[in-house]
Amino acid sequence: MNENLGSPVAAPYTTTSNNPGRIMATVMVALAPSTLYGFWLYGWPSIYLWLITIASAMLGEAFFLRAMDRQASKALTDGSAILTGWLLAVSLPPWAPWWIGAFGGLFGIVLGKHVFGGLGQNLFNPAMVARVALLISFPVQMTSWVGAAPLFAEGSPGPLDGLVILFKGIPAAFDAMTSATTLGFSKTEMSRGVDLLQSAAHAPALSMIGERAGSMGETAAWLIIAGGLMLIIKRVISWHIPVAMLVGVALPAAALNAYDPAHFLDAQTHLMSGGVMLGAFFIATDYVTSPNSPVGRLVFGFGCGLLTYVIRTWAGYPEGVAFAVMLMNALTPIIDSHFRPRIYGRNRKGLPLQVAD
Amino acid sequence: MGFLDRFFKEPSWGVHPDDHKRPAADAPLRILPTPERVYMPLSQHVGGAARPIVVVGQKVLKGQLLADAQGNISAPIHAPVSGTVFSIGEVTAPHASGLPFRAITIESDGQDRWIDTELVADPFALAPEDIARKAAAAGVVGLGGATFPSAVKFALGKRLKVETLIVNGGECEPYLSSDDRIMRDFADQVVDGVRLVMHAIGAKEALVGIEDNKPEAIAAMRKAAASFSEVKICPVPTRYPMGSDKQLIQTLTGKEVPSNARAAEVGVLVHNVSTCAAVHKAVRLGQPLVERIVTLNGGAIATPGNIYAPLGTLVTDLLAFVGLKGEPARLILGGPMMGTPLAHDRIPLVKGASGILAFNAAEAATPEAGPCIRCGTCADACPMGLLPMEMAAHIRVEDFEGAEGYALGDCISCGCCAYVCPSHIPLVQYFSYAKGELMAAERVKLRTDATKRLAEARSARIEREKQEKAEAAARRKAEKDAAAAAKAAAAKAPAKDSGQAQGETV
Repeated sequence: MNENLGSPVAAPYTTTSNNPGRIMATVMVALAPSTLYGFWLYGWPSIYLWLITIASAMLGEAFFLRAMDRQASKALTDGSAILTGWLLAVSLPPWAPWWIGAFGGLFGIVLGKHVFGGLGQNLFNPAMVARVALLISFPVQMTSWVGAAPLFAEGSPGPLDGLVILFKGIPAAFDAMTSATTLGFSKTEMSRGVDLLQSAAHAPALSMIGERAGSMGETAAWLIIAGGLMLIIKRVISWHIPVAMLVGVALPAAALNAYDPAHFLDAQTHLMSGGVMLGAFFIATDYVTSPNSPVGRLVFGFGCGLLTYVIRTWAGYPEGVAFAVMLMNALTPIIDSHFRPRIYGRNRKGLPLQVAD
Repeated sequence: MGFLDRFFKEPSWGVHPDDHKRPAADAPLRILPTPERVYMPLSQHVGGAARPIVVVGQKVLKGQLLADAQGNISAPIHAPVSGTVFSIGEVTAPHASGLPFRAITIESDGQDRWIDTELVADPFALAPEDIARKAAAAGVVGLGGATFPSAVKFALGKRLKVETLIVNGGECEPYLSSDDRIMRDFADQVVDGVRLVMHAIGAKEALVGIEDNKPEAIAAMRKAAASFSEVKICPVPTRYPMGSDKQLIQTLTGKEVPSNARAAEVGVLVHNVSTCAAVHKAVRLGQPLVERIVTLNGGAIATPGNIYAPLGTLVTDLLAFVGLKGEPARLILGGPMMGTPLAHDRIPLVKGASGILAFNAAEAATPEAGPCIRCGTCADACPMGLLPMEMAAHIRVEDFEGAEGYALGDCISCGCCAYVCPSHIPLVQYFSYAKGELMAAERVKLRTDATKRLAEARSARIEREKQEKAEAAARRKAEKDAAAAAKAAAAKAPAKDSGQAQGETV
């Protein structure tokens, strides 16, 4: 009989069929509907940008792994670089020039992930690192939004026009397409002294379906929620972060809107605009950069929501999801050490329970 | 099962591995023909090894005492077959190390003749201590795998006035069905044993927890316990590790055992169903523990099922009896979640062996470990509420005290974390390693503390002696001076008064 039957490793001798590749694939499936809607809504330029961003993220991953003498093929197939690229792409303005996607993908993977030590080691969400870097470096390109230009619709750019937009910028023919986001519009108007009650009439319409100006994959709230629910049911993510983040945005928004509707947008507008939905379900829930106890996740999620609201309302930028998530990422180790789950047979402080007589 | 059940009815801890229990659990119990030789190890229990009382060449009957218990926590060993003591030597231990340990080899005479056993008509008339004494003399130990001498636990339960006996019929380990089988085929023995244990510890009720994936066992046990209202059969959700005592206690009574206390201190005691059946045999029939039901299962086995076999039977004989489909890729003693890998098959069946698994190559395949992605699945699965990924991160850099800060000592090594880990990190291996290192460090610390104490005592003694010498010298000098002064004073006594003389000497 075989003499090497039991190599001396500890039990268990059976394991789940789950693996990181499958988790990433599930997230991609959940992310696909809202992304496809974004493709349809913003047409060919957005598809090209998406492809370029992902390709550059994968290139960055391969290059770095090769530089570290690690096998690149294995890491590339686990899907984490694709997902980083994908999340970055859907948070970009859909008609951004090609180099935004190319630079962002490389930047996110290299400075967001590999300089920290690769998969599982990064402190900040790589996609958000890239987005914030792009926003600070190229504010014009990163805040140039377009309205709906559905695929195959009359007046929308075709496949070739898409390439032109991507590589040479938006030609005059499509200039009329540019539009403002609700958050950007109200911020601009407020800065001109026009309060929300007056500007509301001209504000870009918000739509539950998602037909509005915004980042490539953030507009279709219902599809994002559907994907997020799928992840929760499949137990890829827990409900804590998304719910806490949405509450974190909605609660102060509702309170301040009730107090002074002329200066504070209502909760529904806050929830439905910008990247809140995408952030709550797909970005803040990133495993590596979020806490791992249920209470910690609630604190983290609420912090993301609250900071998003604070940045949107009082800071210079109209949108704050990326900043909020990164700030909370930085707090994750502290949250993790403060909010540990209660251990069986011990109280919350970690001391043994008292035997009741 | 709807998905609402998944969220509300099941416990939040644990995992739900594919149980692989059937068809082995449904196959009728088979009896192993008496093997030619059995190898009865002297340590099949927690505590001191038994001390042999037979000599080579001696004829023994089945059930005859071979080795006596030694020390407060120990258990005796009896002959599983009748025949001749062939040798007292070493066999490979059922342990991952594959190291040898002492065993008594008996060559069977094929007769299987029992010793004269003392039948007890009404064991409930016996004093509780007598039940414990009989169980101890029969070598009954926890058969769920812990192999702690049962009588010691009875005494503990009696002393702490345990009200509730929890009977563990959880059998949450995949592949195993020996407890299932004993409940289906010998429910009356189990229930009688439960009542005897209750009598021994003075418990008022017994809760028999059986996972709801064993409906036949639940039905059989309900029937057997129908006339005893104090024995309650309680189906529990199928969830690994339901058969771990802390989790079963929590599920059945809602009580939590404090991390530094024993179950008896919260008024419960846990015994396995097979242990209860062994108590029944020991007390009512006077039969020592020499046989057990063992599950033979796994992809490499031709006819998986449960076998009634004498202890000390070699795994080789068991495998030959059930047949092999091919070369096993891995042999495991116990279940796949917490079992022990066997280096080869020339290892004897011991009291705590509920199963022998022979995995084929597909079952034995272990995916390569990847980096931790901090998904937290391990923390969600941990039935103790620990943070496996944090402990592992500390252990990886040899920071064992850091891991201890995350209550590594509370880890029950159930394997849930390593099972669910999508990156297949061998977390239990990390924890076992760290626990071993911490224990070694503790031993070193005790030793250096002892050395330090001795060294300090020595220097204190030397110091003291030096001081005493100095004092003695000073005293002598003082005496001498005093004498000299007295002499001098005596010489010129009229001239000076004594006060002055005294003042000079001090």
